[in-house]
Order: sequence, then structure tokens, then C-alpha cells
Amino acid sequence: MDKIVSYRHKSISPIIICLHYSGSLNRIKPWFLRGCLLKLLPFFFLEAFRSHVSYEVKDDVAVIRINNPDSKVNTLSIPMQREMAEVMNEVWANGAVKSVVLISSKPGCFIAGADINMIQACRSAEEVTALSQEGQKMFEKIEKSPIPIVAAINGSCLGGGLEFALACQYRVATKSRKTVLGTPEVMLGLLPGAGGTQRLPKMVGLPSAFDVMLTGRNIRADKAKKMGLVHQLVDPLGPGLKDSDVRTVEYLEEVAVGFAKGIVNKSIPLTKRKGIMQKLQDYAMGIPFVRQQIYKTVTKRVMNQTKGLYPAPLKIIECVKAGLEKGSEAGYLEESQNFGKLAMTPESKALVGLYQGQVACKKNRFGTPEREVKNLAILGAGLMGAGIAQVTVDKGVNVILKDTATEGLSRGQDQVYKGFNAKVKKKSITSFERDTTMSCLTGQLDYSGFERVDMVIEAVFEDLSIKHKVLKEVEAVTPPHCIFATNTSGLPIKDIAAASKRPENVIGMHYFSPVDKMQLLEIITTDKTSKDTTASAVALGLKQGKIIIVVKDGPGFYTTRCLSPMLAELLRLLQEGVEPKKLDLLTTSFGLPVGAVILADEVGIDVAAHVGKTMTKAFGSRLDGGNIEVVTTMVEKGFTGRKAGKGFYIYEKGSKSRNINPAAEEILKKFKLSAPPSVSSDSDVQYRLVSRFVNEALLCLQEGILSNPMEGDIGAVFGLGFPPFLGGPFRFVDAFGADKLVQKMKKYEEVYGNQFTACQLLQDHAKDSSKKFYK
Amino acid sequence: MDTQVFIIIIIIIIIIVSHHVEGGHFNVKIKSLAFKCSMQTKSKKTLAKPGVKNIVLVEGVRTPFLLSGTIYNDFMAHDLARAALLGLLNKTSLPKDAVDYIVYGTVIQEVKTSNVAREAALGAGISEKIPAHTVTMACISANQAITTAVGLIAAGQCDVVVAGGVETMSDMPIRHSRKMRKTMLTLNKAKTLSQRLTLLSKIRLGYLTPELPALTEFSTNETMGHSADRLTAAFGVSRREQDEFAFRSHSLAKKAQDAGLLSDVLSVNVPGKGIVSKDNGIRPSSMEQLEKLKPVFIKPHGTITPASSSFLTDGASAVLLMSEEKALAMGYKPKAYLRDFVFVSQDPKDQLLLGPSYATPEVLEKSGITLDDIDVFEFHEAFAGQILANLKAMDSDWFAQTCMGRKSKVGVLPIEKLNLWGGSLSLGHPFGATGARLVTAAVNRLKKEGGQYALVAACAAGGQVVMKVIQNYFFI
Repeated sequence: MDKIVSYRHKSISPIIICLHYSGSLNRIKPWFLRGCLLKLLPFFFLEAFRSHVSYEVKDDVAVIRINNPDSKVNTLSIPMQREMAEVMNEVWANGAVKSVVLISSKPGCFIAGADINMIQACRSAEEVTALSQEGQKMFEKIEKSPIPIVAAINGSCLGGGLEFALACQYRVATKSRKTVLGTPEVMLGLLPGAGGTQRLPKMVGLPSAFDVMLTGRNIRADKAKKMGLVHQLVDPLGPGLKDSDVRTVEYLEEVAVGFAKGIVNKSIPLTKRKGIMQKLQDYAMGIPFVRQQIYKTVTKRVMNQTKGLYPAPLKIIECVKAGLEKGSEAGYLEESQNFGKLAMTPESKALVGLYQGQVACKKNRFGTPEREVKNLAILGAGLMGAGIAQVTVDKGVNVILKDTATEGLSRGQDQVYKGFNAKVKKKSITSFERDTTMSCLTGQLDYSGFERVDMVIEAVFEDLSIKHKVLKEVEAVTPPHCIFATNTSGLPIKDIAAASKRPENVIGMHYFSPVDKMQLLEIITTDKTSKDTTASAVALGLKQGKIIIVVKDGPGFYTTRCLSPMLAELLRLLQEGVEPKKLDLLTTSFGLPVGAVILADEVGIDVAAHVGKTMTKAFGSRLDGGNIEVVTTMVEKGFTGRKAGKGFYIYEKGSKSRNINPAAEEILKKFKLSAPPSVSSDSDVQYRLVSRFVNEALLCLQEGILSNPMEGDIGAVFGLGFPPFLGGPFRFVDAFGADKLVQKMKKYEEVYGNQFTACQLLQDHAKDSSKKFYK
Repeated sequence: MDTQVFIIIIIIIIIIVSHHVEGGHFNVKIKSLAFKCSMQTKSKKTLAKPGVKNIVLVEGVRTPFLLSGTIYNDFMAHDLARAALLGLLNKTSLPKDAVDYIVYGTVIQEVKTSNVAREAALGAGISEKIPAHTVTMACISANQAITTAVGLIAAGQCDVVVAGGVETMSDMPIRHSRKMRKTMLTLNKAKTLSQRLTLLSKIRLGYLTPELPALTEFSTNETMGHSADRLTAAFGVSRREQDEFAFRSHSLAKKAQDAGLLSDVLSVNVPGKGIVSKDNGIRPSSMEQLEKLKPVFIKPHGTITPASSSFLTDGASAVLLMSEEKALAMGYKPKAYLRDFVFVSQDPKDQLLLGPSYATPEVLEKSGITLDDIDVFEFHEAFAGQILANLKAMDSDWFAQTCMGRKSKVGVLPIEKLNLWGGSLSLGHPFGATGARLVTAAVNRLKKEGGQYALVAACAAGGQVVMKVIQNYFFI
């Protein structure tokens, strides 16, 4: 039942899985080219025509409105920056203006950040550094403005947008759920390059500043107020004489204008009175020794979590340090130079690529389905079933959770409840919202109400005859339009669909455990699956907040198929006597979020054995590796992995340290193989695991299981934990060099045979170095 | 032509007949027709419905409404409720065994007297054979009590019902924290000393934090004032408009008080503190003073101040309702008919206090009359901004179309007919008691002003609202 990939969230560093991109980031749109065209226009019309920034003077307050034309979001593009500079100069020159309010005309977006394409278009670090310096200069002017500037924030205020706001004298934000502040640059392998690394520590203190910049997480308005990022909060309004979104922005503007006037007439103080804790913290930060200690701890933590594989967090620490220790001039210089350097790193390029892939995988390329899924039934209330219920029931979909036994059902419902209750504790929802959400979930043991469901997702035991049985039962009670989705991790969908009266309605929806944490959803279509069925499944997945790849049917589809040879190799390495702890270390230092042996325990040794067998059956000796007997013996002894408390490791409740399971070691000894010295160095161990994974991924593209390399990369990173800084197997081949990889594989092939034979696609790329998966 | 002639003839006959009847003891038919001819200029509808009993309000009273923590400081809720009940009995000379049923509304319940209606009735010396129950529906609890009474009479269960409401905010149940309560309850069950000591040793300092009765909306966790401030902002109600409305409320209340129009106010003897016979929250100040006040709910940029919010109040109210036949048979002169009513509810977050806008057209349509037909409006003033937001909502086509699903706006509510004797902002707002005050005020104003129809509205926590149409009872 457990899916092939599962890991405990806690053990994953926030930085490595920082690819928990927020939705708001998605809104950064390419629009550099158009920007270039628009740039030329003012030469003809001078100030008469401005498309991005406008302003009006209300009493003695200049209200500056930002509104990127033809886009849902505002970005700090070149034309926007230029128009902003013009407008600011006009405002400053106008003696009648005593203060300024800066606001966006777009509901739901203040400024979503800098234009990524603007950075990508640069060919050298110097060019990017120059961009950064321009931004720094502009915000310095804003910071030194002779009249107060109030930033009125509604919606996403991220990256450069936040840096802009930070340069203003006062910040007012709406408490809307859409309002988030943050510096997500680190997730793109970059740093806040327009003064962010310099202003943030001064504004919120060193520890909070590091937290904000190193995690890149979104900060809600109320938290931002507590941290001191914003001065005042404004409540969102309901419908009145206008639409609530429109009126809320108007209200924000009215309130901000009030504050601007208040600042001028001194009734509103610019500095907040500091509490005792704040004063203490400031005092402590004044001591150089304390600061040094903080840099040290933060660096250590970053090294721990990133294994030094991600350069951006370290550069952020350097910039902050330079600013505080050597003065702001040095700090700004360091920031712009590091920004330039980072933009040119392969890590940043890989992360930006992933980001773009993720944006693409959050769209439904199959169009709008004819019918929205309003009622969903899930069969099987196990970890997966309950997890799917949890991510669906709060999206306005009524969910039936059906199991065959009361115990299982009750455990599943509890799991969903716990999921929402955790959100209550984190204050991201209220207890009332939890309760109303839970009211949309019905737990039951029979098929009552199935005549109303639009889709059924089955998450029952991985056995074809059981799947056939439930499929027939479901089709007997559901309406003809009802879609039957199977959450199998390995069984070919067409085999399951063989029992269906309506094979066009059968589709695979492969979720990853834990469903509420893992972002990937792999959707599998057969030759018979209709386009509308696919569109419906994708639409539901998007509603659930998933990143979606759509692949063709086949044994193991894409993800399970890539993982399978890697696990087979892992088993062989264990048999060859590599210590589990060492293997875990080698794999994590390669960039995997969890060690490969722990991963096997998490997946479940029984599941691994089952998948291993079916995959070998389908693909023959190519998918061989270690002796399958090892795992079957382990399963016989009950060492099925984490869920049983024993696998390769022993898991004890409440204990964080893991000890090797001596009984498993015994089994390994029994099946001991000798390690051929020519392919057993640490690096060889790593590449034996990775090359089989990567080769299988390429094979999936070659065979048409994958429709493009981008989905392959997204699937590997978000579903299997392929190192994000490498960008996925395809980008890895591009960057590492197909020829180099083939060379390594040849060496292994000599020892182990066809398991390491590079696929045709990889060989083609190796032969012709101009062939790349990404241009 | 024939029918017109016929009606005229009938009217003439009725006039003749009515002159021959003594003491206002008409039968129903004659009365309603008589009223028709007396109000030629108005709509001629009686609003009586075939097969539905006519229910009349005989009298309504209330204790003075006093600021919480003042003279009623030592009273419990049932003391106030009893005072109102006794006052009503005295004023109407109703024998203590002539009541069939008693219903009271209250919001924050004193745990010891959770059925406060029963305790008040027993305390007032009403026959113990007469049942009583308590209802709760936030600020419209007394309205709920009244409509419950109407239901009992209409269903033929009772003929004479006292309905009312009570609230004291001078005292309210403050509880131990949940953890502490849990410990204490388990302690009750502990058998041995060591078990008890173990339990006691588990008590932490944090357990001692008391729990105040929530004044926030449970579902949204927002206080009503906060929601109201957002509402005023949504409708663009300015601070000045709100201050002016608050000023109006206090000025009108003062005028009414001075002119002796608040005839429903009883004199209550408070042991040790003397007799009170006046509301003490009416404080007409000046616009200048109102402008100085700071916002209380949304700081610093909100618009609702203490002056434009109704204040915490203690008080009780009661009305005597009867079937028309019974009232007439007992020799009473009913003051008014209670006609149609509706309860509606909506989104407790953004439209918490916007109910009157929704309910007004609904109840008018039910009665078959229009806004123009109404002579007296008595709307509960939770906040000045809330009343003004409702007025704006009713006058907006956008709101009608987008939020209410109506073709066009409800219309302009004539403010010159609204709350002319003050409202909750100035008279006070004892949550459970306000509903009966509104009804009595509407009835007394109809009598005084000679109007025909009154419309009573009150909004309540939970986004609920009640709307009542009251029809004057005319005698010829």
C-alpha cells in the first residue's frame, strides 16, 4: 500500500526541499521581450505615455499605482523600473506633495519579484551584477526620500517586491490570505540582490533575517507584523457597494493615505517602540562575539542541511556578514557581486529550470474537463487513501472514504483529522474551519452514495485480482460518467482496465507518500483513456495542489521504473558489504534528501520486493541487481521496514538515532558477494546508483513513456527526491556530459553486464555533444 | 361598479354598527373593516390572513436600561426578569393565574438559573402550574421569545403569553480553564488521598487562567465590533456619518425621555440603592466631543468608537401577548397586531450585521406592503455604522443584484421615521432584552404618531436577523 517513495518530513532539510515553491512565485511571467519594445516608446512620447506606473495627487499625498499591462502580476522589469524612476523624480520635484503611497492596482499582487527572464537574458556575472546595482541604487533613493513613502501591500510581495517595500519608510499590509511576504530567491539558487541582505537584518534582527532569506518561505501578514516587517495591518473587507477585492484595495489605499498624512503631521511615529526582548536582542547583536557565533551556527546548520551542495545560502550569509562587519558599502558591493556569481552557477540554472518546469506542470494541457469533480470516493482508508482524502476535502469536494473494516476506516479518518488539526495548531486554519472541512468527509463501509460520485480513486491492496474486484463493484454502482482512477505504484493500468466496461474512464493517479507533503502526482494514461478523463484527473490533481506529470502506461510507469534499478543496485551494494550507514552518507552527500537505505526501509522491504519481482518479470535481467532472496528472507522474518519497526535499521519510538538491525546484517552476510575493487570506490558507489536511475529515466523518454525531458526532471525531483540542485536526470546528463556518464557506465558494464548498458538516447547524446535536453 | 357600491354600503353599515358597540369590544371582522374605513389615505390592507388567528400586543414594559456595573450591580438576571414581569402584571392588572405560558430570551446564561424564565416566574409569585422556558438567539433572543409566543397562540396552545428578555452584564459566568475543569471533575471521582494528591500535583499555573464568556463570533473568531468596523469600511460609511448618527440617537432619546414618551419604563426598587425609573446611558454630548474619541476595535485606523457602539447594559423587558378574542373577552384594549415576521441569516463573517437589508424586502413581500406603507421603523442600533451600512445596502442596485439576487435595490429607508425615540446606542442594549423593547417602542410610537404599520428589525450574532411587521390597533 505504501508508495514507492516516502520519507519522513522532519528529516528533510528545508533548504533541500525548498522547492516547495509557493503558488505566488508562479506568477512571475516572462515578459522581457515586450519590455524591450515598450522601452523604446518613451523616446517618442516622452513622459506622455506610461504603461506600468501612474500616479495621482490626493490632497498632498501622491498615490503611485503599479500595474504591469497584460499580466496578472507586477514584476520588477526594466520598463517598470524606468517608469518608477521617472514618476519618483516628478513626485519629488512637486513641492505640493508631502508624502507618497505606493500601491498596486492588481488584486492579489503587490510585486511578485524581479523578472526572471531579465536575469536569464544576461550572459555574464558582470551583467547580472550591474542589474543588481541598478536595483540597489533605485531603492537607495527610495530609502533616502525626503518625503515619507508608504508601501500599501495587498497580495504577494516577494523577492524584489519585498526589497522595494523594505526601502520605503512605512509598510501597511492587508491581512488577506493572498498577502505574503518573502525572499524566495534562495529557492532559485540566488540571493535577494537589491539590498535585501542589507536591510532585512537591520529591520527584523539577524536571526529572523537569516530565517527569512535562507528558507525563502512565505510569511503571512500577521506574522510579518510580529516580526517587524510591516507596521500596520488592514483587514480585508466583504462585499459592500462593490466587489470585495476591489473595495479592499481602495480601503487599503485610504488607510495608507491616512498613515502617510499621519507621518507628515507626526501623529504616526515611524519607529516602533521596542519591547524588552527586542532591546535585549539588539544589545546582544551589538556584541561582535555574539554575531560571530551566529554566523558560525548558521553556516554550520546550512552545511549540515545542504552538504555544501547549494552555494546560495552560504553567499547570503557572506553578504549579511559583510554588511554588518565591514559597513554597508562593502555589504552592497558583496551583495551585487555574489548575485551576479550565483546567477551563473549551474545550481541556480537547474533550480530556475525546475521552477519553470513546475509552473508548466501546474497547468492543465488537456483543457477544461466537461464535468467538474464535485463528489469523490476513495477506496481504502490506508495511509494513501486517507492522504488523498486530506488533500481533497478542503478544496470544496465532497469525499467519501470507504474501507472494508471499521478499524481501518477509523484510523484513516483520524489521519485526516490529525492533518487538519496540525494546521489549527499552526494557526493556518481555525478549529471551526477544520470542523466544517471534516463535515465534507464521509467515512463508510458500503457503496451507498456512489450513485452521485464523479470519480473514484482506489487505493486498495496492490493485487490485480483485488483491483479487478473493486473495479467491477464500483462500476455496478456508479454513474456512467464516473472516472475510475487507480493509485497503483506498479501495476500496468491497462491490465487493471481490462476488467472495465468503460476503459475510456480508467486512468492511473499515482500519489506519493505522505500525500499531504509530497507535491508530485503522476498521472498514467492508457491507449484507451479518453482525453476528457485525463483533463478531469489533472484538474482534480491541480485542485489538490499537486505538480503533475502525465505519462504513458507501462510497468512501473516513470517514477517506479527509475527507482527500481537503483534499489536493485542498492541491494547489491549491501551484499557487497557496503555498510548501510556509509551508503546513506554517500547518497545524501550526492544530494538525495534521505539516504538510500533509509529510503528502502521507508518504502517497505515487502513493497520493494514485490515491485522488484514485477519489474524483473517485465524487463528481464536488465533490472537485476542484488539477490531478491535477501529481501524475501527479510520479509519472511518480518523485517518489512519502518512500519514494522525493523528493516535494515531498527526503529524505536521516541528515539532519533537509528541502529543497524543485526539480524538483517546476518542475512546480508549469508548472501555476501565480493566487491570488485575496480568499481567499488565511494564515487563508483554513487555513480552505480545514479547512472542506473538516470539511464532508466532516459529510456522512459526514448520509449515514449515520458512526453518530454522536463516532466521527467520534475517527476524525479518532486517524487523521488532527485537532487534539486542537479535539476533532474535530464538536466544532469546535460550538465555532467552524456559522454562522461557513458564512460562510467561502460566500466560498470564490463563487470555487471547489461544492467549498465547505456540506452540508445544516452549514447546518441554521448556521441554528439551538441545534443542537449535543454537548449 | 357593483362591488364598489357594495363595499361602500358595508362600510356605512359597519360605521353604524361600531357606534353601537361599547367599550371597543368588537368582533374581529367588524374591527378590521372599521379600521379600513378609518384609514382611507393609507393602504387599505389589514394584513389579517384567513385561517390565522389575530394576535395582539396588550402591553409592553421594561426596567430602566442601566449601564453595566452601575445600579444593578448586585442583581442576578432573574431579579431583573422578575421586576419586568411584575411590572407588566401590575400595569395590566393581569391576575397571576391568568397567564398560560412564559417565554424569556437571554444570551449569557447564569448557570444557576439557566431557565431564567421559570425562576423569574416563580419569584414573581406566578402560579407554579404555569410553565416557562428560556430561548437564546443572541441579540434577538427576546424577539425569538415573542415569536415563540406568537406561535403558541397561533397554534391554539395558549391564549395569554408573557414574552420578554433579560440580560445582565454586571455579572457573568467566568469559568476555570478547560484543563482546570477537567482536573477538578476528575478530582471528584478520585477515591484515595494519594489519587487526589497526584491530580492536584498536576495543576500548573497556566490552568488558573480564567475563561471569559466569548464576545467573539465562535465560527469566525472575530468580535462583532471588528466585523462592524469592516462592514462600515466595505460600505464606505465615514466616521463623521457614524458620529452624527450616534449624536442623533442620544439627542432623540433625551428628547423622548424628557417628553415622557418612554412610557414603557418601569420604576424598579433596587434594595439599598433606591428606586430607578430612568435609563442612565443617554448622554447627548457634542459632535466635537464625539470626534475626539479613538476607535476601539480596529486600531488606529478604524472608524467605530465607543460612542458609535451600543454599550454593555443591564435590563429586562416583557410584553403581554394574547389572541385578539381573549384580549377582548378579558376587557383589554389591545395596542397592536403582531403580523408577519421572518428570520433570515447569512455569512457570519462579512455580513454579520447586514441582515436587515435582506429581511426587509422579504417581510414586506410576505405582508404584501411596501416600504412607503411603513410609518414607524424601529431598528436595533448595534453600531451606528451598522445601521448606516444597511441603509446604503438597501439603496444599492449592485448589492441587491450581486448579494441578494434581486433585480433592483430595496429602496431608500426614510430616516425621519427611524428610531425617533432613541435606540440601542443611547438607551442601551441588554442583549436578551432589546427585542421586546423594540416591539414595545414601535407599538407606542404607532399609538403616539397615529401610524398604521411599524417595521421592527434586529440583527444578531451568527449573522441572523429578525424582522417583524406590526400593525396598529385602531378603535373608532
